[in-house]
Formats: sequence, C-alpha cells, structure tokens
Amino acid sequence: MQLQTMNSPFDQEQVELINRLLPMLTDNQKIWLNGYLAGSQSAATVAVQEQPGLEWYAQQGGAPAATREITILVGSHTGNCESVAKEVSKKLQDKDYQVKLTPMDEFKPKDLKKVEDLLIITSTHGDGHPPDNALALYDFLYSKRAPKLEDVRFSVLALGDSSYEFFCQTGKDFDKRLEELGANRIHARVDADLDFEEPAEEWFDGVFSVLNKDRETDRPGAPTAASGTQQTAPAEQPAYSRSNPFNAEVLENINLNGRGSNKETRHLELDLEGSGLQYEPGDSLGIVPENEDQLVDQLIAAAGWNPDEPVSINKQGDTSSLRDALITTFEITSLSKPLLEKAAAFAEGNALADLLEPENKEQLQAYIYGRDLIDLTEDFGPWQTPAAEFIKILRKIPVRLYSIASSSKANPDEVHLTVGALRYEANGRKRTGVCSTQCAERSEAGASLPVFIQSNNNFRLPENPETPIIMIGAGTGVAPYRAFMEEREETDAQGDAWLFFGEQHFVTDFLYQTEWQRWLKDGVLTKMDVAFSRDTAEKIYVQHRLMEKSQEVYQWLEAGANVYICGDEKYMAKDVHATLAAILEQEGNMSAEQAEEYLTSMRSDKRYLRDVY
Amino acid sequence: MKIKELTDIEGTPSEMEVIKDRTNYLRGNIEESFAERLTASIPDEDTKLLKFHGSYMQDDRDIRNERAQQKLEPAYQFMIRVRLPAGVATPHQWLTMDNLANTHGNGTLKLTTRQTFQMHGILKWNMKSTIQEMNHALMDTIAACGDVNRNVMSTSNPYQSDVHGEVYDISRELSEHLLPKTRAYHEIWLDEEKVVDSNEAEEVEPMYGRYYLPRKFKIGFAIPPANDVDIYSQDLGFIAILKDGKLQGFNVTVGGGMGMTHGDTNTYPQLARVIGFCPPDKVNEVGEKILTIQRDYGNRTDRKNARFKYTVDRLGLDWIRNELNTRLGWEIEQERPFQFDRNGDRYGWIESDGKWHLTLFIENGRVKDFDGYPLMTGLREIAHVHTGEFRLTANQNLIISNVTATNKEKIDALVEKYGLTDGKENSALRQNSMACVALPTCGLAMAEAERYLPVLISKIEDTLDEAGLRDEEIIIRMSGCPNSCSRPALGEIGFIGKAPGKYNMYLGAGFAGDRLNKMYRENIGEEEILATLKPIFFQFAKERAENEHFGDFVIRAGYVAPVTSGLNFHS
Repeated sequence: MQLQTMNSPFDQEQVELINRLLPMLTDNQKIWLNGYLAGSQSAATVAVQEQPGLEWYAQQGGAPAATREITILVGSHTGNCESVAKEVSKKLQDKDYQVKLTPMDEFKPKDLKKVEDLLIITSTHGDGHPPDNALALYDFLYSKRAPKLEDVRFSVLALGDSSYEFFCQTGKDFDKRLEELGANRIHARVDADLDFEEPAEEWFDGVFSVLNKDRETDRPGAPTAASGTQQTAPAEQPAYSRSNPFNAEVLENINLNGRGSNKETRHLELDLEGSGLQYEPGDSLGIVPENEDQLVDQLIAAAGWNPDEPVSINKQGDTSSLRDALITTFEITSLSKPLLEKAAAFAEGNALADLLEPENKEQLQAYIYGRDLIDLTEDFGPWQTPAAEFIKILRKIPVRLYSIASSSKANPDEVHLTVGALRYEANGRKRTGVCSTQCAERSEAGASLPVFIQSNNNFRLPENPETPIIMIGAGTGVAPYRAFMEEREETDAQGDAWLFFGEQHFVTDFLYQTEWQRWLKDGVLTKMDVAFSRDTAEKIYVQHRLMEKSQEVYQWLEAGANVYICGDEKYMAKDVHATLAAILEQEGNMSAEQAEEYLTSMRSDKRYLRDVY
Repeated sequence: MKIKELTDIEGTPSEMEVIKDRTNYLRGNIEESFAERLTASIPDEDTKLLKFHGSYMQDDRDIRNERAQQKLEPAYQFMIRVRLPAGVATPHQWLTMDNLANTHGNGTLKLTTRQTFQMHGILKWNMKSTIQEMNHALMDTIAACGDVNRNVMSTSNPYQSDVHGEVYDISRELSEHLLPKTRAYHEIWLDEEKVVDSNEAEEVEPMYGRYYLPRKFKIGFAIPPANDVDIYSQDLGFIAILKDGKLQGFNVTVGGGMGMTHGDTNTYPQLARVIGFCPPDKVNEVGEKILTIQRDYGNRTDRKNARFKYTVDRLGLDWIRNELNTRLGWEIEQERPFQFDRNGDRYGWIESDGKWHLTLFIENGRVKDFDGYPLMTGLREIAHVHTGEFRLTANQNLIISNVTATNKEKIDALVEKYGLTDGKENSALRQNSMACVALPTCGLAMAEAERYLPVLISKIEDTLDEAGLRDEEIIIRMSGCPNSCSRPALGEIGFIGKAPGKYNMYLGAGFAGDRLNKMYRENIGEEEILATLKPIFFQFAKERAENEHFGDFVIRAGYVAPVTSGLNFHS
C-alpha cells in the first residue's frame, strides 16, 4: 500500500521521499528505523502522559514486534464490561488487529507472561471487591506466584458507580498491580461512571491512537483511524443497542404482591416484535429510564431556573429545553462526592466546601445518603452559574439492568421482567427509584419503554440439559430462574432443578407462586424450599433452608449440580456463600480452606454462578 | 349391637365414608399436609377430615380472581370453631380468643348461631399454636365440625339461674360424653405421643366406630318459655320440664334440621318432634342411644339424605321410640306439657338471685372494632374486670353474666365508654335478625349474608317506620346458601342465597320457632324484596289481630300456607 497525503499525516513532498525510500530498505533496516524514530520521538514528548507506550519504546531502545497480539480481559458482572469489550474488540478487528477477547475466569493466569498488549476492562463489585469472574485472576496477580510482566503493555478501563465509596476500585487495583509487576501502561486508566459510554469511547480512542502510532511506525501505510474505517454492513446485527434502544410496547404490567404487602413487584411483559433483539436465559434487559417530571419541576423551582432555557445535552452539541434535558438525560436523583466537589465551585459561601473537608467524611456520607439534587439545591443553592453550565457537572441518567424473567423460546417476541418498585421516605420527602417506579407507575399496558439486551455469559444454564441446578434467590432475584424454568420446560431438559426462594410474607410475596407450583407438579422443578422472613418470630432466610437440607444439598453438589445465586449481595449472597461453605465442611468433612477451594474450583468450572447486586 | 362395617351398607358408600375408612380414626395425612410450606392449602381429603378437628379450609373469595391474575394461589386460610358447650366462656377464655383473633386470625371473632366462637383467617402455619393456646385456656375444637356430635347448645336465658346452672352442667356432661375417643387431635395438635392404636373400632371408638356418623349431629337444651336454641332445628333436643322452679327432667325431641339443597325436593328443613320424657340423670344414656341409632340406620350412600331427620322420617317416630327403648333396656316416659313464647333474646340488664346479667346486641355475632364503635376493645376491657362468665347466645348475642352489684357499675361505665349497646335503639326487626358468615370466607356461600343483611334491614326499616312497625318484633334471617347456618327456615322472614344478589324469600315461620316458613318468592333481588314486603307490612299494620305476630299474619292473610312438617315444605 502506497503512503498518500490522504492516509497519512505527511505532506506531498514528504510522502514522495518516504515512498521512494521505503522500498529500498531491508526488513532489519525497517525495524531499526522504527525504534530509532520511536526513541527520538519520546525524548520530545516524555511529559505527555497520554502516550506512555512511546516512553517505554524509548527505554527499551529496541523495536517492538511487528504485530503484537491484543488480549482483552473482562471482569464483568452485569455484562456492561462485556459489551464494551465486545465493541472494542470488534473495532480493533475491523482495523486488522489480532485480538483475543476472554472473560477473566476463562483466562489461565499463568498465560499472563505470554500476553503482549493487555487491555483490562473491569467493573467493581459492591464495596470495592472484584466481580466474581475476576476473583481468580485478581488473587493470582496479588499472590507471590504473580510473574514479572516487563514485556507486557497494558491499559485499564474501570467501570464503576461514583456513589460508592470505593469507586472503580478493582480497575484501580489491576492498574496499580500491573505497574508493580513491571508492565508498561499504554494509556492512562479511565474510571468510568454509570454513564460509561463516553469515557469508554475516550479510553478507546486514547489506546487506539497509541496502537495506531506504533503500527504506523511499524508498518507505514497501515490504515489509520481516519482512513481505515471499513463500511461493514451490519445486516445480521441487531440494530438496537444501548445507544439506540428499542421502544418496546408494554403488553402487561401486573403487581405480583397481594394486598397488604410491604412490597410492590411488577411483572412486565414487553413486546419485542420487529426489534430483532434476541436473548438467552441469564441475560439482562436494559431500560433507559426517565426522571419523573414532577421531580424535575421541583428541582427547577428550587434552583430558580427557566425550564425552557435551551441547554446542550452532549458533546456533540445537541440541545433541548432544560426541562426535557433533566427529564431524559441527566441524573438528578442521587448525589456523589465528585458531584458535590464540582457543585461546591458554584455554591455561595463555604458550607458545601466545608462539608467536603476530609475531617467531615462521616457527615458527608450521611448527607449523601438518601438525598438528591433537589436537597442539594435547597441546602446549598442558588448556584452561582447558569443552568446550562451547572448541568454539565451532572451524570447521564444511568440505564437500569434487569435480569430477564422469561425464555424467548417460551415467549417468542416477548421479554418479561420482574421489577421491584423502590419507594422510601428520607429526609422528610418520599423518594422513589427512577426506573422501578417508572415501570410501576408510568408503564401501563400500551405505553412503551426504551430497551436493549445486555448479554450476560456469567449466568447461563448448563450446556448439558441433564446437569442438575440449584437456584437460590430472594425477592426479584427469582426472575432469571423463571427464565430457566421456561427454557428447560420448552427444551424438555431432564436435569433436576431445586429452587430456594425467600421473601417477607408467604401470603402476599410468594412471587410467581402458581407457576412454581405448576412446574413442581409437572416435574420441571424437582424441589422447592421457601423462607418467609416476617412470618415467624425468628427470621428465616434462604440460607437457613439450605442448611436444613445440608445433606441433600451436598449430594447435589457432588452430583455436579450448578449453583446459582441471584439477588442482594450484602444481605443474601454473602450469607449463602458462608452457608455453602458450612455445608461442605459439615457434610464433606472439609476444613474451612478446603471448602473455600471447593467453591473456588466450582467457580472456575462455571458451576458457581452469581448475579448479585 | 355390633357396629356395622362399610361392607354391610346397601349401595355404594359415599366418598366420605371411604375416606373415613382409610384415614385411621381422623388422622389421615393432616400432619404432613400442615408441614408442607409451598402452599397454604391442604389436599381435599385432609380438608374433609380436618372438619372433625373443628376447622374448615377456606379462602378469601373477594380476592380469588385478583390473586389468580397476580400468579398467587387463592388466599387460603382456616376457620376454626371452638367446642364451647352451652356457649359459656370465662373472662380468661374470652381474652384468649380475643388475643388469638388479633394475632393469628383476621382481627375479629364470630359468635355463631350455635353459641360458640369462630375465628377466621388463620394461616396454616399458625393453626397448631392457635389450637395449643386454646388448649391452655381449657378450650378445644374437637368435633366442632364433622360427622359427629357438634357443639351442644343450651338456653342462655338467665331468668331461672338455678335451673340454668343445672341444665348447663348436664349439657356439658353430654358434650363430653359424646366426644370421639380417638387421640388423633391430641397427637396432631397437642404433640401427644403417638400410640399404636388397636385397629379394633370397639376399642378406639366404642361409641362412634370406625366410620363415625353418616352426617353431622346437633343437640340442644331448651328451658321454656325460651326457645332461643331453636330446639325444633336440632337432631336431638331436650326440653327442660320444671315444677315449682325445680328441674324434673326433659322432653326428648328428635329429627329436626335445617339444611337442604336447592332444586332437590328430597331434601327439606324439618321440625323435631317430641317422643317422650326422661329424668335428668338419664340424659347421657338417651343421648348415646339416639346417636347410635343414627349411626346404624342413617344413610351412608347419599350425604344429602344422611341427617337424622331423614332417618326419623323414613323409619317413623314410633319405630325410633321402640328402638330407643330396646337399646336403653327401659322405656322413656310420656312427654310432659310445656310452652314456648319466643326464640329471640331479651336485651339489657336482668337481676336474678342478687346477680346481674347484661344481654348485649352483637349484630350478626361479629365482634370487631368498627369505625366509631370499638366493640372488640370494649368487650376486652370488660373481660379484664368481669368476674362472672360470658354467655354466647343462640341468636349471636352476648350475655355478660353473673355480675356482682359492685361490678355492675364498672361494666356500665365500660359499656358507656365503648358505645356497647343492648340494641334497643335499633328497630325490633334488627334486634331479631341473624345472618351466617357467607362471603367472603365461606366456601359454600352463593350470596352475601352477614355483610348484606344489615344494609337490607336499613332499607326495610324505612318501610317499617312508614307503617309504624319500628318496635314490632319480627324474626328475620338470612343464609348465603341452603345449608342454612342461620336457621332461615325458622325466620318469619327468611332469605336463602341463590346467586350473588339473589335470594329465595320465605315467609310465615312461628315466632317461637315452632313452625317452618314457606317460599313466597324465588330468586329475587333487593328491589323486588323491598317492593314485595312493603304492601304486606302496611296490610299487617292495618289488619293484624291483637298480639298477632307477622309470621302468623301472613298465613291468615293468605300469602303462604302453614308448614307444619318439613314434608310439606316444598308442596
């Protein structure tokens, strides 16, 4: 391929010179030149942190391999990282890079040494812990067995939620540890918040510019970002995605909780006809929610803004009225430390800045908890900046993911969800979950919701239909199990299935009760145990039922059963994990360490799967 | 006489007989079914057996469809009925029931037409502790339902308190005497150790045998002139005969009963008839022998024709008397004269032998805290200070009985404070009204009863006021189905549910509960009920004879023919 002004940064004269020179060079000469150029370049740009890769070339003083394989390792829980990784992988492959995309739990840690360019895309779980499928690699890297990684180049994209204290902690940990092990950073880590799309793109552009520069140096004339975009027709691909959600019509919206319940759990049936969207049991459905207009009006009133003021809603410069922007685009219902830090600049007086002082950490956390932008505005406003400026500090409304409660085989062109409406009172005002109350209150049959499919390979039925499964879930955590049962019924799978379900009250909160009863009668579900915590003086939870059946649970595990846990992490998944370990100790005569190892190996065999939040 | 085997029965035994045969003296799978956690229901066979333990499985029919849509099973729950001979409860027992109703039940108590407590809305998992707590308060639910002798009734009228006490003791002894002897109840609910029963019916159930009775069996004691227990509606009745205020013995009545089936004229309500007299110390013996006659001769192939009344009508009074005498080994005496004047209650305070008794009006026997009328709380407060007894009447009312002169003031103050009432501000029609539970909990109900009758009465009262009949005592009764728990065939105005909002209307029963009524209109709704009654009331107000009761008037005026026997009920 001939270098041209169109596909390179050189002018006509330079292009002619280079084109004349290059065919005369031997391979060795080309490699030497490559290194030479890289070295001299780095001397000039050593302070530019965005291009550490070049710095490394300079230190090496040698030439990079002609083609470095890119390994993308994904630590994913809800599937967000997985979908970003797939997109990254595709973009790189489109540009003829050799890419290997692997979920972390399918990657042998020992192979780390062989890796050349490493891209890590990971989420962070709960209070700063790695997601389940990242655990093994994470532990390996932090163990004494971790190898030196001087030949490895890397960059980390961390996904997280800034409302948590340990925001993007796992990404930070990987980033730090890889550096400690001698690996070289291609591009600075990016910590992306719930509205991760834009930062993820920026991270990719940053990584790509380095890789591309390397390649240009390496292989002049290689396609660049500008020139190399191929027009691959995505005819087979679903056109609808996170950035282009499908407007699904609500077919049915039922409250699954009987009269007198403390809960409101909605069963939604959505029409996917014509969307081309496909899903498997275990996948999630993303919903792009909107803020309640009354809440937006309240905020505008509190801030003294003009609802009709045109504001910019993204970097492309699209505009809409302030009111519409606050309804459809920006998050107004939760606070975070970064947001308060930015808002402090617009606050009159020092009250907000004082709250952010390190010695007021506890007060800050207490303040953030259960408050929203209206509270912040009432407490620290009016803001000393126009609305159009102020909203730039807001996050985009994060999409919400719900475990799909149906099998597409049983319900072609439909998807079912189980959504718990979140309502509570805090600081003198009624608060609601943005998406869950949209589902509960503003999604009657005939309305529509913007949705997309979020694939989740970490929560799949066993490939072998004969494999027994133990499903453990509390509350809306049963949703994927309904999908599992529909799928197994539809495919006539013969494997045994055992469901442990927990909620507050038998009479009102036994979600999908008549369906489980039917599946039990028909044998699709082999066994079921239930725990209703508020029906008895002593609170009984699923883990207690598990323990009651310890002998049988152990037999199922030994028979190769998959174990699934879905639901709340803090209050359920942890206790269930401890109970499983206790069962292994008691029934399998194992030590605590052996029990943990047993579970770890189940995890790496993809037999211990969790979808917790 | 040896107890018959199922194989001795001519024809095909009914399904229930087969169930009794294979369930080992009322045990069945009740224990296992109650341990099952995935449904609040129990299997059909166990529901049938459970009745013998005093409980019915029900569901809240108001929300049955709603729950089906919510993918929830029906709101299954249990009704539990106490065995409370003669309706006498101590304040401690009242407080126990009140507490259970509020912890395990639906927050209300129903005082039944058979003088006992009924609690609704108990969840499966709370049944055992409910029964155990009753047991601690010396109450049980054994044989409160099922094919056995039910709760024994006795006149609550406290006028003759000496005799009343005597008759109460006799009725309680008979209730104990006729209890099933199986330990099933104690094993299942009270954790009594299981013993390997001999399978010999003569050892386990010497009186009932393996198959118990063909159908339920009801006994009442009446002390004339009060017929509050509706003695003629009982399978077996004892009418106290007094001389100079002393109890001489009882006239014995047989073959009464209310239940029937719509559209089946082989079924009918029937009045009991007197077959003789027995002294007080022979009551248990007579009761047992009558019960065994029904055990041996009752119909075990068709449950709709299995009550004792059909046995009596089939075999004849003389045959029954002869068979009884044979089984007794002595002859019952000639019946003695007596006179009933009414089957309703008398409200308010009464003094007798230095003790006071207050009859409170409890509309349809429902005890709960109504808006602005904290009845349940008021009665609870009374129970805390009361030193006598509570007496549940056969008309679903309540007597605060044996109150000392000093306590009377306290109770009066509580009555005042909580707005409790002797009902005298109501029309006399409402004071003489009675309705069964029906919807939403009763599985048999075809139409509303307890929730609707008060509303209907309010509308009838407009007419009564116009006709000047507000203080005229008229017995009005409503049942949601023809099983007739509120004894509607003995109402001067009776309603039996046919379909939601539709009733058969009956007229012409005797004010003293001594004559059945007759169907006057079939399958009518409220508008027609009101339109039909209005001209009759006006005519009654204008043309009635002195002291003539409404039930007698409608016969004299030709609206309906008198029904002197159940055999003429449908003709």
